[in-house]
Amino acid sequence: MARTKLVVDPITRIEGHLRIEVQSENGRITDAWASSTQFRGIEVIMQGRDPRDAWAFTQRICGVCTVVHAVASVRAVEDALDIVIPPNANMIRNLIHGMQFIQDHVMHFYHLHALDWVDVVSALKADPAAAAKLAQSLSPWPNNSEPRFRQVQATVKRFVESGQLGIFANGYWGHPAYKLPPEANLMAVSHYLEGLDWQRDVIRLHTVFGGKNPHPNFLVGGMASAINLGDTQTINAESLSQVHAMIKRAREFVEQVYWPDLLAIASFYKDWAAIGGGTRDFLACGEFPENDIRELDSLYFPRGIIRGGDISKVHPYDPAQVAEFIHASWYEYAGGNEKGLHPYEGQTTPKYTGPKPPWEFLQDQQDGKYTWMKAPRYDGKPMQVGPLARILVGFASGHEDIRALAKEVMDRLQVGPEALFSTLGRTAARGMESLLIARRMEHWYQRLVDRIKSGDTSTWTGKAWEPGSWPKQAQGYGFLDAPRGALGHWVVIEDGKIKNYQCVVPSTWNCSPRDAQGQMGPYEASLTDNHPLVDPKRPLEILRTIHSYDPCMACGVHVLDAAGGLITEVTVQ
Amino acid sequence: MYIPHPEPWLADETLGEHLERRGIDRRDFVKFCGQMTVMLGLGQSMIPKVAEALQQVKRPSVIWISLMECTGCTESVLRSADPSIGDLVLDLVSLDFQENLQAAAGHEAEAALQAAMKENYGKYILIVTGSASLAEDGICCTIGGRTANEVLRETAAGAAAVIAVGACAHWGNIQASKPNLVGAVGVSEIVKDKPVVNIAGCPPIADTVTATVVHWLTFGRLPDTDSDGRPLFAYGARIHDMCSKRANFDAGQFAESFDDEGARKGWCLYKVGCKGPATFSPCPIFLWNERTSWPIGAGHPCIGCTERQFWDNMTPFYARMPNVPGFGVESTADTIGLALAAGAVAGVAAHAAATGVHRIREQRRARELPVVDRPPEGPRHG
Repeated sequence: MARTKLVVDPITRIEGHLRIEVQSENGRITDAWASSTQFRGIEVIMQGRDPRDAWAFTQRICGVCTVVHAVASVRAVEDALDIVIPPNANMIRNLIHGMQFIQDHVMHFYHLHALDWVDVVSALKADPAAAAKLAQSLSPWPNNSEPRFRQVQATVKRFVESGQLGIFANGYWGHPAYKLPPEANLMAVSHYLEGLDWQRDVIRLHTVFGGKNPHPNFLVGGMASAINLGDTQTINAESLSQVHAMIKRAREFVEQVYWPDLLAIASFYKDWAAIGGGTRDFLACGEFPENDIRELDSLYFPRGIIRGGDISKVHPYDPAQVAEFIHASWYEYAGGNEKGLHPYEGQTTPKYTGPKPPWEFLQDQQDGKYTWMKAPRYDGKPMQVGPLARILVGFASGHEDIRALAKEVMDRLQVGPEALFSTLGRTAARGMESLLIARRMEHWYQRLVDRIKSGDTSTWTGKAWEPGSWPKQAQGYGFLDAPRGALGHWVVIEDGKIKNYQCVVPSTWNCSPRDAQGQMGPYEASLTDNHPLVDPKRPLEILRTIHSYDPCMACGVHVLDAAGGLITEVTVQ
Repeated sequence: MYIPHPEPWLADETLGEHLERRGIDRRDFVKFCGQMTVMLGLGQSMIPKVAEALQQVKRPSVIWISLMECTGCTESVLRSADPSIGDLVLDLVSLDFQENLQAAAGHEAEAALQAAMKENYGKYILIVTGSASLAEDGICCTIGGRTANEVLRETAAGAAAVIAVGACAHWGNIQASKPNLVGAVGVSEIVKDKPVVNIAGCPPIADTVTATVVHWLTFGRLPDTDSDGRPLFAYGARIHDMCSKRANFDAGQFAESFDDEGARKGWCLYKVGCKGPATFSPCPIFLWNERTSWPIGAGHPCIGCTERQFWDNMTPFYARMPNVPGFGVESTADTIGLALAAGAVAGVAAHAAATGVHRIREQRRARELPVVDRPPEGPRHG
C-alpha cells in the first residue's frame, strides 16, 4: 500500500478546533502532527484588572471545564494573598468540582467517545431480549429491560430508515474496527439517551451553590452562597437535601450504568490495550483537598511524577521545573526561540508564519511551525496528564482505593498493569476515577453537614478582601487536577492589579507539538505508537486515540506577556 | 454539546403529526406551548393560538456552527428546562450540522455541512455560537483549513435568518475586550443582509433560544428586539426590577459583605457589587437549570453578562455601582439605608417598599413559570 498523507479537520466530538495530520503506510500511522487552530489572547485581556475578578475571566477559557479555571484562579489569588478559606467553602468547592468530574466524564464516554466504539446502525440487528439479559447480567439498573431496549431499537430503526441521520450522518458505520455484538451496541445506545437526561439533573448541584451552569459563580476567600438553615434565600435544609439527592443519583448512574458499560465494552477491545500508549512520563498535580489546599498530604488524588512508565516509584513534582517551548508554535521569544521559559518568565508574542487560509497541509512549512499550542515540558520532557496520570501516580503512591480498583479492572479484563499504557488504558482510567469520586462525594457532603450541625456555617473569610490590605507585590500559584489533567495558574499582583497571569493547561500538555529536540507531544506520540489506520478515508482509529484524551482546545491555547507589556502586533509573513 | 433526540422530524410531516408518532402526550405539548407563550410575554389567551400554529408547522432545517468560543453556550442549551418534552424545539428541528456532536469528522463532516446547506438553501435557520475574528485576515480561528469568518459568510449566505447565541456571537465577548488582540466581533458585524437576533449572555439561558425558535415557527419571523438586537420578550426587563431581592433593596436591607448577617438573611447584594440595576436579562424570571436557582439567588452579585462590553464596563465586579435610582422611591441605596437608620422617614420608605414589593410580585406572577418536576431521589426512569 502506498504512503498516504491524511488530514482530519475538524476533529469533531471535542471542545474547540483541532486538526490532525498523519502519514500512514501499510495500514499503520508513521507520523503525526496535532494543530490547534484557535487563539483568543485571554490572559493579555486580564492584565491591569482586579485580581478578585480573575476567576470570571479565566472561567471563560472553557465552558465545558466550566469549574476548573475558576477554582484554579481563586486558589492562585488566595495563595498570593495568603488567604485560608473556611472548611465549609473547601467542601463546597470539592462537591462542585467532583460533580464536574462525574458529569464531564460520563458525557465524554457516551456522547463524545462512545460512537468510536459503538456502531449505532448495528444495534438494529440486536435481539432486545438478549440485550436485556446481557445488561441485567452486568447491572441492576432498572431500565435494563426488554421493553425499554425494544423501544430504543424502534426509535433507531425509524431514524435510520428515514434517511435523515442528522448528527449521525456520514459516520463510519459498518467499519471493520467496530467489534461489539449488536446487543451490546443496543445497550450502549439506550444508555447514551439516558445519559442526556441524567447530566441535566445532577449538574444542578452547581446551580444550588453557584447560581447557574455553565459558568457558576466563585469568590476569592470562599463561596458566596451563605448558609442559613432558617432562611428561604440561602443554602438551607431544602437545598442541602436536593444536593444530597443529586449526589446519590450521580453515584447510581456511575456505578450501575457507566462503570459496567465501560468494562463490558472494553472486554471486546482488548487489542486497544496495546495501541496508542505514547508518552511514558506522567504528571499529576493532585486534587480534592480535605483540609487547606496548602496541606498537600490531604489531597485525595496524590501529587507526583511517573518517569518512563515505571510505576514502582513516584517522583516529587516541582512546579519550578515547568517550561514552555515554541519551536513549532506560532510565537516568538525575545531571547531566542529555542529556549524554554518558566510561566513566571513566560512571553507570548504571537507570530503567525503558516500559509494563508484556505490551506491543505500545515506541517510541511519550512520553519516547522504548525500550531497555536505551545509545548510545555517538565524537566525537558513531554508529560501526559489526565485520568491515567492520576491513576498511575495514585497506584504508585500506594493509594488504597486506587489500587483496589485497578486490581479489579485488571482481573476483570485479564490484563497486566502494562495494559494501562494505551488508548484503552486512558479510557478505563477515566471511568475508574469517576467511580472513586462518585463515592467520595458522600464523604464531602457529610463533612459539610456535620460542620453545619456543629454550628459552623461560615463560607467566606473577609481577610485580605480589601485591596488596601494587600502587599505592594504578591505572586501566587493555583493548581488543580482537572478532568483533563494537571492545571496551573500563576498570578503576579502589583499595586492591587494583575500584572501577569499565566495558565498551563491539561490540553496544552497533551496536544503540545514537537520541541527543538524533536520530542513529540502526547497526542502525536500516541498516534505513532503501534497505531493502525485501516482505511484512510474513514479514520476511525485516529478518533479513538484522540478522543481517549478528551481534547479541550479552547483550554489549550492562551497567551500572556509576563513582561507586562501588551502585545498588539500579529505578524503574518 | 447539544445532542438531539434521535427520532427525527420528517420533512413532510407537520409537528402535530410528528409528536403523535413520537408518542408525546397532547397535554404535555399544550403545557409546553403554555410555557413558551408565557416566556414570549404573550397573554394566556395566545396559548391555543401558539399551539395551533405549532401543530401545523413543517420541519425547518437548522445549521449550527461554532466559531471562536468556549463551547459554554452549547453546554447551556444542553441543559434546557424541560426534560419531559425533551428540548422540544431544538430536538425537532433537523440539526443538520453540529460540530461538537457529529459522528463524522474531517472531510466527512464538511461534506455533511455542504449537503445540508445545498438541500435547504435560502430556508434554513443558522445558529451561531462564537465570534468572528478579523485580525490578520482571520488566522486566529480556522476550521477545516478555512477561517471562521469565511465559514460564517458562507453559511449565512443561504440562511433565512440567523440566531446569534451567546455573548461571543452577540458582540465578540471576552476576546473582544480590551485590548482585543484578535479583532473579535459579533455575527452582525459580518452578516448585514439577513435578520440577526442576539441571544445575549455568557452564556444565555437555554430556554431563551428555545423560545426564539418557537417564535420563528409560530409567527414566521424573528421576535421583536431592542436596539441591540436582543429579543424583548427576554431582555426587555432589568434584573433589578424583577429581582427576588428587590424588596430588600427598597427596604434598605443589604449584605454589607459576603457571609455577613445580611447575606445570611438573603438580603440585597447591591453593596457587594451587583450589576442588576444596569443589566437587562431574563435570569430572575426564567431562572437557571430547570429553574433551580440563579446567580443572585445563590448569593453572588450579577456581573452583567448580557450587556455589551461587560468585561470592561461592569468591572471591577465587586465595586458598588454609583447612584442606582430606587423603584418607587427616588433614593440611592445609601440614602435609603441612612434614612432608615435615622428613623426619620422610615414609614415612608416602608410604604414605598411595600408598594414596590406588590408591583414586583404582580409582574412576576404574570410571567410565573411552573416548577420543573423532579423526584426527591432515586434514579429517574423514562
